[in-house]
Amino acid sequence: MKFGENALKRLHILTILAAALTFFAAPGAALAQDAESVDAVAEEVAAEVPAYEYYGPDMIKGQPVDGAINIQPQYSPIGQEGAWMHNGILMYTMFGISLLILGLLLFVMIRFNKRANPVPSKTSHNTLLEVIWTGIPIVILLVIAVPSIALISKQYASPPEDAVTIKVKGYQWYWGYEYPDHGVGEIISNMMPQDEARAAGFPAQLEVDNRLVVPVGVPIRLQIIGADVIHSFAVPSLWTKLDAVPGQINETTMQVDEPGIYYGQCSELCGARHGYMPIAVEAVPMERFEQWVAAQGGSMPGAEEAVAEEAVAEEAPVAEEAPVA
Amino acid sequence: MATTADTFQAHTDEHHHDADHKPGFFVRWFMSTNHKDIGTLYLIFAIFAGIIGGAFSGMMRMELAEPGIQYLHTFATWFGAENPTMDQALHTWNVLITAHGLIMVFFMVMPAIIGGFGNWFVPLMIGAPDMAFPRMNNISFWLTVAGFCSLLASAFVPGGTGLGAGVGWTVYAPLSTTGSVGPAMDFAIFSLHLAGAGSILGATNFITTIFNMRAPGMTLHKMPLFVWSVLVTAFLLLLALPVLAAAITMLLTDRNFGTTFFDAAGGGDPILYQHLFWFFGHPEVYIMILPAFGIISQIISTFSRKPVFGYLGMAYAMVAIGVVGFIVWAHHMYTVGMDVNTKMYFTAATMVIAVPTGIKIFSWIATMWGGSIEFKSPMVWAIGFIFLFTVGGVTGVYLANGGIDNNVHDTYFVVAHFHYVLSLGAVTGLFAGFYYWFPKMSGKMHSEFLAHLHFWIFFVGVNLIFFPQHFLGLNGMPRRIPDYPEAFAYWNGISTLGYEITVVSVLVWFVNIAYAYTMGKKAEGNYWGEGATTLEWTLSSPPPFHQFETLPVIEDKDHH
Repeated sequence: MKFGENALKRLHILTILAAALTFFAAPGAALAQDAESVDAVAEEVAAEVPAYEYYGPDMIKGQPVDGAINIQPQYSPIGQEGAWMHNGILMYTMFGISLLILGLLLFVMIRFNKRANPVPSKTSHNTLLEVIWTGIPIVILLVIAVPSIALISKQYASPPEDAVTIKVKGYQWYWGYEYPDHGVGEIISNMMPQDEARAAGFPAQLEVDNRLVVPVGVPIRLQIIGADVIHSFAVPSLWTKLDAVPGQINETTMQVDEPGIYYGQCSELCGARHGYMPIAVEAVPMERFEQWVAAQGGSMPGAEEAVAEEAVAEEAPVAEEAPVA
Repeated sequence: MATTADTFQAHTDEHHHDADHKPGFFVRWFMSTNHKDIGTLYLIFAIFAGIIGGAFSGMMRMELAEPGIQYLHTFATWFGAENPTMDQALHTWNVLITAHGLIMVFFMVMPAIIGGFGNWFVPLMIGAPDMAFPRMNNISFWLTVAGFCSLLASAFVPGGTGLGAGVGWTVYAPLSTTGSVGPAMDFAIFSLHLAGAGSILGATNFITTIFNMRAPGMTLHKMPLFVWSVLVTAFLLLLALPVLAAAITMLLTDRNFGTTFFDAAGGGDPILYQHLFWFFGHPEVYIMILPAFGIISQIISTFSRKPVFGYLGMAYAMVAIGVVGFIVWAHHMYTVGMDVNTKMYFTAATMVIAVPTGIKIFSWIATMWGGSIEFKSPMVWAIGFIFLFTVGGVTGVYLANGGIDNNVHDTYFVVAHFHYVLSLGAVTGLFAGFYYWFPKMSGKMHSEFLAHLHFWIFFVGVNLIFFPQHFLGLNGMPRRIPDYPEAFAYWNGISTLGYEITVVSVLVWFVNIAYAYTMGKKAEGNYWGEGATTLEWTLSSPPPFHQFETLPVIEDKDHH
C-alpha cells in the first residue's frame, strides 16, 4: 500500500513522542481492543432477510480511492451535471487564476527587484487598469454563475408524485430508513463491525449491516429528519447531501443510474461516534427492489403504480437530458 | 516625507526623559494603560494560546496519520479521564477540534492581529499618543485572558459523553444543548461571552481612536491602509459580536433555564442558531483576514519603495468586503434544507466578494510593478501571503456555488479552503507583520537568515498539510472525524508529515526570537530605509513609553 511506504520513509517525530507519552499514560494494549467496541454496537436487526441476497463487494461503485485527487465518479444525473461543472468550469477557473497570480508574482519579482530596477517608479494610479481588473472578475463570475444557478435549480426539481418515498432518520449514531408507501417499517442501519467488513471484502468504516436499498433509474424522494441532534445524509458519488435536522423534514430527490453499492458518511458533527455512522446505498433493478420489499414483509404500492414506475425507469435517460427546471 | 520625519524625531528626543518614565513591573504589566504594553501583552498571550492551539492540531494530526484509533485514549487521560471508554476517547477528539478552532480564532489570530498589532501600531500610525480609552484597553485584554481560562477549564469538566465541550467551534444546537450534558459546554460558551465582550470594547476603542485622535492633517484618506483595515474590522466586530452574544446566551438559557429557542419540540428552531451564528461567523473570518490585508499593504509598499497602488480602491475594497461580508452568511449552511431562492441568492452574493478581493490582489501586484523590490523577510512572507491567499480565495469561489457545495460541504475540501485563507493567509500575514515590526517593538534586529529559513520551511510544511486536504475532500472525506476509511490514508499521511515540517519552522521562529534578544543588533528608528514612510518609522525603536507628546503634522503633499 502506498501509505505504508510513505509512513516508513518519513520522520516519525510525533509518533515517537506519542509512544513515549502513551507508555506511562495508558496501557497500550487497551487501545487496540477498545477500537473494536465501536463495532460492537452493530448487529441487531438483520435476522429476517433470507430471501434477499445483498450485493457483494464486486458491486461497489461509489467509494473513495486511496491517493485519488478528484471527486468520486458520479452515478446520478445531477452528479453528472455537477461533475461537468466541477471539471469543465471550476477547476480551470481555479487553476487559471492561481497560475495567473503566480505568474504575475514571479514576473514582478524577477523584473522589478532591486538589482533589475534600482529606481522605483512613482505610479500609484491607473483608472483604466483598475476598471479592467474589476470588470474581468465580474465577467468570470457571471460565466460561473449561470450554470451554477441552473445546477441549483435542477437540484431542487420536485420528484414525480409516485416517486419511491423513503424516510431517512438520523440517530446518534446510526441511520433509520422507512418506506411508508411500501409498508416497510424502519430499518436500522449500523456500521458493520470493521473486521467483519474487511473479512467480507467491504471497505471498513463504510459498510453497514442493512443498506438503504433503492431502485435504479427512478427518482427517489428522500425525506430526511434528525431524531436527536443534527446529522447529515451524504453520498458523494450520488452528489447528495442534506442535513437531518430534528423537527424539520428536509426533502431531496436522489436518482441512481446503475445498480451498485454507493457509500457515504454522516457529514455533520453529531457527537462521539460521528465518524462511525456510514451510509451505504444499494441500488438495484426494480424487480430486485420488489423482491427486497417482499422480503421485508412489505408490498409495492398497487400493481398499476408498479408498472408506471417501471415505465419511468426505462425513460430515465431521457429524463436525464431534460430534467424539470 | 523625509523632512517631516526628521522633525518628528526631534520632538521625541526633546521629550525623551519624561516620555520614558515607566511604572514599576506590576503596575506596568498588570494594570497597564499603555497601548504598546497592552499590545505586547496581547502578542505574548496570542503566542501562548497559539502554542496550545497548535499542540491540539498536532494531536489531531497524530491521530489522523493512520486509519484507526491510536492515541485518543491517551489524550483522554491527559484531560483527567481514568480508563476512558471508547466513547470518552472519541469525545476527546471532538474536544480537540472544538478547542483548536476556538483557540485559534478567538485567542490566537484575533488577539495577535487586532489586539497585538492593532494596539501597537494604530496609534503610532495615526500620530496619536495612545488609544482613546486606555483603561478600557486594559480590561479588553484581561477579559480575553479570562475567556481563555474559562475555555481551558471546560476541557477538564464533564461535557456529555466525556470530559470537555465536544461540539465544534460552531457550537451547533441541539448538540450543544440537549446533546452535551454537563458544565463543560457552559464554560465554553461563557468563554465566548468574555472574549466577545473584550473584543467589543476593543472595537469601540479603535473606532473612537481612529475617528478622533488622528494627527492634524491626517484625513481619513491619508490614513495608512493598516489603520483602514483595523477601522473596518472594528466595525465588523461591533456589529457581528453582539449577534453571537445573543445566540450563545440563548444556548445558555436553553441549556439551563428551560427555554426552547433552538428546540423544535418547544416551538424553536435549530436552524435559527445557525443563522445567528453565521451572521456573526462570516464577518468573523473577515475580522481575521482584513488586518492581515492591511499589514501586507504596508509591507508591499515599503519593500517595493513605492506608494500603494490604487490607495482609495484598496481602502474601499476593504469597506466593500466588510459590507458584503454581512449578507452572505448562509453559504455556510447550504445543506440545512434552505429553499431554492435563498440558496441562489447566497450563491450570487457570495461570489460578489471575489471582486473587491481581486482588486486587492491585483493592486498589490501593481504596487510591486515598477518598484525596486528588496526581498527582506517581511516581503518574502507578504509575497507568500498573496499566493496562498489567492489559492484560498479561488476555492472560496468554488465553494460559493450552492450546487457544487452539495458535494463538498462539510468535507476536508472546506477544511483546506479555510486553512488556506486563515492558517496560511492570516497566519502568514501575522508572521509578515511580526518580522516587519518586531525590531520596532523590541529594539532588537532579528536574524534575516532565520526569518527566511522560517518562511521556506513553513511554506513547504503548511502546503503539505493543507493542499492534500483538497484531494481528501473532493474524494469525500467528511470533516471532524477521528478515524477514516483506509482509502483516505495516503493523503492523510502526507498531511501529518506536513505538520511535522511546520513544527520545525515554528522552532526556527523561536530560535530567531531568542537570537534577537541575545545577539540581535540594536534596531534603528527606521531600519527598513526609505520605503518605510508611515509615522511609526519616525520614532525610535522601541518607541518612547509615551510618543507624540507634540503631535506630528501631516502636510498636504504627503502621501500615505
